[in-house]
This record gives sequence, C-alpha cells and structure tokens, in this order.
Amino acid sequence: MLPFIEHFPVLIVVISLLSSVTILVVGWINRKASYFIFITTIVTQFVASIFLLAHVLTRGPIRYWLGGWKPPWGIEYVVDALNAYVLVILLFLAFVCGIYSKKKREHELPQKVVSFYSVFQLLITGLCGVTVTGDIFNMYVFIEIMSIAAYALIGSMGKIGKVALKASFTYLVLGSVGACFFLIGIGLLYSVTGSLNMHDLSLLLPPLYGNRVVQAAFAFFIVGLSIKMALFPLHTWLPDAHAFAPAEISAMLSGIIIEVSTYAFIRVSFSVFTINFLRLLPILDILCWVAGGAIIAGSLMAITQMNLKRMLAYSSVANMGYIMLAVGLSISVTSEPWNGLTPALMHILNHALMKGCLFLVAGAFIYKADLWLINDFRGLGRRMPYTCAAFVVAAISMIGIPPSVGFVSKLYIVLAAIEAKKIVFVAIILLSSLLNLVYFWRVIETMYMKRAEGEEHSTSTHVSKDEAPFGMLAPILILASLCIIMGFFWLAKVPMPILNQINNMFGLVKVP
Amino acid sequence: MECLFTMILAKYNYWLSVILMLIGLYAILAKDNLVKKIIGLNIFQTAIFLFFISLGAVKGGTAPIVSQEMISKGYVYVNPLPHVLILTAIVVAVATTAVALSLIIRMNEEYGTIEESEILEKLKEPGT
Repeated sequence: MLPFIEHFPVLIVVISLLSSVTILVVGWINRKASYFIFITTIVTQFVASIFLLAHVLTRGPIRYWLGGWKPPWGIEYVVDALNAYVLVILLFLAFVCGIYSKKKREHELPQKVVSFYSVFQLLITGLCGVTVTGDIFNMYVFIEIMSIAAYALIGSMGKIGKVALKASFTYLVLGSVGACFFLIGIGLLYSVTGSLNMHDLSLLLPPLYGNRVVQAAFAFFIVGLSIKMALFPLHTWLPDAHAFAPAEISAMLSGIIIEVSTYAFIRVSFSVFTINFLRLLPILDILCWVAGGAIIAGSLMAITQMNLKRMLAYSSVANMGYIMLAVGLSISVTSEPWNGLTPALMHILNHALMKGCLFLVAGAFIYKADLWLINDFRGLGRRMPYTCAAFVVAAISMIGIPPSVGFVSKLYIVLAAIEAKKIVFVAIILLSSLLNLVYFWRVIETMYMKRAEGEEHSTSTHVSKDEAPFGMLAPILILASLCIIMGFFWLAKVPMPILNQINNMFGLVKVP
Repeated sequence: MECLFTMILAKYNYWLSVILMLIGLYAILAKDNLVKKIIGLNIFQTAIFLFFISLGAVKGGTAPIVSQEMISKGYVYVNPLPHVLILTAIVVAVATTAVALSLIIRMNEEYGTIEESEILEKLKEPGT
C-alpha cells in the first residue's frame, strides 16, 4: 500500500511529541498558529491510524524495531488488530475534543492557550505510545507520560477551579502508586525471565505459571492498572478529578485515558500472560464479581449527585465495570457473535462515544450559562435545544434503548453472561440499566419539563434561543449522531471482522 | 536456624525493599502535610528502584563498562539492564515530583495552607 506504512507506528507517537515542542515555540510568536499546528497534527495522526488499521486487517501485524535493534534486546512496536482499533478510537475522540476546545479555551483561559495545547499533545503522545508499544517497560514509561500530562491538564483551570488542584493532587498520588505497582510487576517478571518484550515473555512464561513470583507479578499488574482505570473500589480519585476539570479534558479522561488503561490490562492479561494462565487460577471469576460491584456501586452513587459532572464521573465508574465484566466473561464464551473479547472491545468504543458526548454537553452548559448543578438546568431544553437534544440521545444510549450503541453493548454482555451460565450478572446489568434511567431522567426532566426561574408563571411559549457556538455544537452533534449510527453498524455486524481477528489472535474462538 | 538464614538473611535486599515500600505507603496515607506525602511517594518509588537494582547484582561483579583488558582478565560484570531501566524510572519519578510540587505551590497560593485537613475544611465551607 503506502511506502512508509511500516514506520507509521513510531511516526504517530513521534509526530505528537515534536508538535508539542513546536506548539510551544511557535506559540511565543503567534498564538493562533499554535491551534493550527495542534489540529493539523491530530488530523494527520487520525488519517495515519485509519491507514494502519486497514493495513493490519489485510496484511497482518506490523513490527517496528526501534533503532534497528532486534527484539528481545531492542524495543519493539507491534501494531496488530487490537492496537489499531484502540488507536483509531482514541485519535478520533482526541480530534473531536480538539475542535471543541478552541472556543472554550479562549473563553476560560486566554493566557494559557499555548501551553494547554502543548500539554494536550503530550497527553496524546502518551496515549498513542501505550497503544502501539510491544515492550512492557516502554508501556510503563508511556503510561506515566500520559498520566503526568493528565495531572497537569486537570489542574489547569486556574482561579475558577481551585478545587481541581486538590483533585489533581489526589489523582497524582494515587496514579503514581498505581504505576509503581505496575513497575513492581515488571520487575518481578524480569527477575524470573530476563526479558521485557511482550511477545518474548509470552513464550518464556508458560513453564513458570505455577511460580509464586509470576502470580504475584500478575496481581501487581491487576491492582496497578485497576487504579489507573478507576475500577471500584480504587475509583475514589475519579469523581473529584472530573468535577472541575476543563470539559474536553473530562471527555478525554473518561472516554480515553481510563479506557487505554483497560486496553493495557487486556494486553497484559491476554498477550503476556496468555489465556492458559487465566484458566489456571480463578482470576477472571473474581474480576467478574469486582466488576459487578463496580456497576452497582457506580450507578447507586451517581443517583445521589447534584453536580452534573460528578454524576457522569460515577457513571464512568459503572461503565468501567461493564468493560471489566465483559473481559471477565471472555474466556467462558465461545458462541458467535458475542464470543471472547468482542463485548469488551465494543464497549470501549461505545463508551468513548457516549461519555465524550455527555461531557462535551456538560461543558457547553458551563460555557454558555455557567451551570454546574442539575437543579439549575431548568428550562434549558428551550434555550439550548440542539445541545439538550444531543444530551437526550447520549442518555438514551447510556440507558440502553435500541438501536443505540449502549443497547448493543449491554445486549452482547447479557448474552455472554447467559452463555457463561452466570445469571447474577444478567440481573446486575438490568438493574444498573434501571438505575441509569433514574439518574439520567432526573436531568432530562429538569431540562425539559421545568420552567426556568422567573418564568414559572408566564404563559408565553416563546423562549429566546441562546445556543452554544457552532465550534462547540458540531463535535457534540457528531458524537450524538454517531451514538445512533454506530448502533446500526454494530447490529449489522459491520466492524466484526476486526474483532474476530482479535479473538483469533488470542485463541478465544470455538475449537471446531 | 537454617530456616531463618534462608528466609531472612539471604534475601535481605528484598526484605529491606519491602520495609521501605511500606514506610513510603504509610507516609502517603497517614501524613497530613502535602509535602510529606510527596516525600512518602518518593520513598516508595526509591524502594522499588532498590528492589530492581538488587536484582541485577552478580557475585564479585564489577561496573559494566566494556574493556578488552577486563574481559581477558576474567572480570565478571553486573547486569546493566536494571540500571538502565531504573535511570528511566528515576526520570519519571522526578517529573512526577515536579508536577506534584508545582500543584502544592498553587494550592498554597489559593488556600494559604498545605495541610490536607485544613484544605478539606476550606473546601467544605459554602462558597468555595
């Protein structure tokens, strides 16, 4: 296909790193050029990732050796179907948040626009790096790059959101402890195998599956990545971090950063410790129960929240529970089309779309009318019709009404739970759908069915429209319409070849 | 006594590393002052680095600098890979500490204090 396609894995990471520095330098001279460089870089990366996905689906994985050093001595970047899929999702959401952020940054933080975009590009560097790397220590380094950029961006609201400083500090301490647990796991694995390359480890580990050191390493990996992905009960940093972060950073945080940590979990569990290890110990059974607890706890705690963004944050905790439940059920399920990792990977995409849309809508409310609490949303349905309509579409999708993407995810997870003969989880998912309905309906009712303050007794039906600016409305409407369009695509099984290839790669298909 | 020797004394590097990790975690959890929490995080990270580096120790090994003269005399080298990994991890820890300290400076400007309990008191007050 393209002449340089073997270099795309490393180019995608290096372009963001270079553009981060370029934005800083050019921004000194000309502020507007910094946004232009930022958007051009993201568009280039997104197009490159689509080519990468097409190439990997037709020709197989791409392996890039950094510096020409052969593995296992050198660092290797491996892009297979799983990587390419997550890379496309993350760059798409970054692109949409980038378009959205232009108006919002100039309104809220005019003097820090250049450094904001520079650190945002560092965040994208970290995210792309975690996704493409095939070396486990390199994954730790990129996880830390992504996390440090996230700590800085969450606390960037300055005078307006000084609560965000404390939240960012809490995230920093907990996130660093989590990444250090990941590092301990790497150290334990290195001490028994002497290798850091993921493919090499998967070949060296099988005779050592009974070894206590390897099992302890796996435990450290799980706990470290659970802190990063805000899996209950290690989720306490997430609601505070969301409550006062900039809106597009909240969308990136809930939609991508915690999901890339779930990708890292899948990569470590299925590529390094293959499914034979997962079958030896009842690891995934315990994971299913923890995920079930996450779903119920997240949904229950969301009901009690007054602040819209905190409510959405607890909803993210519940959705990470869905993804982990799907991962936990993956080795017991073999019948098409909900076999193996399909429900988990499907929900990674769907949650990014839905949560991204919801957080961007919350940001539009804050931008237009400085509204943070749900009770203040009275009458917004008439004042900002398109934004509220997008919120309703995304809420329908979160609750799980057909044919939206949320419905397809939940359907597949429920069918997988039925086939694995664990009916408790079916009950948990249905119960959480009802709880989702409770807390989303509260917002929708306040927006549409309550008159604005001061208009309670007026009988006129004409309300002036004060819609969000187009630069912010376009991304919201794109994501909301994708929630429905992708639902049809999933039902028509359009993206299934990607997921079938991933399941084949990990050996999660029915043995004929 | 045999059991005591093999369990504790022969593996003293791992025990020391674990004790330091626990001291670091205690400081993160129990100390009120934010700077002390960051020092606890640094102790925790340093304990992990010591664990890693002690993995690479070779009995009678010398510094891993390649030299024909040393090889011909039969010197044994310490494993250099953990050293390289830890250099990277130290840089990451320094960057994290830098971001944490800058957050603490900003919090001091906004709240006037760096004791966590006092900051939580101020956050509970209405109007913040």
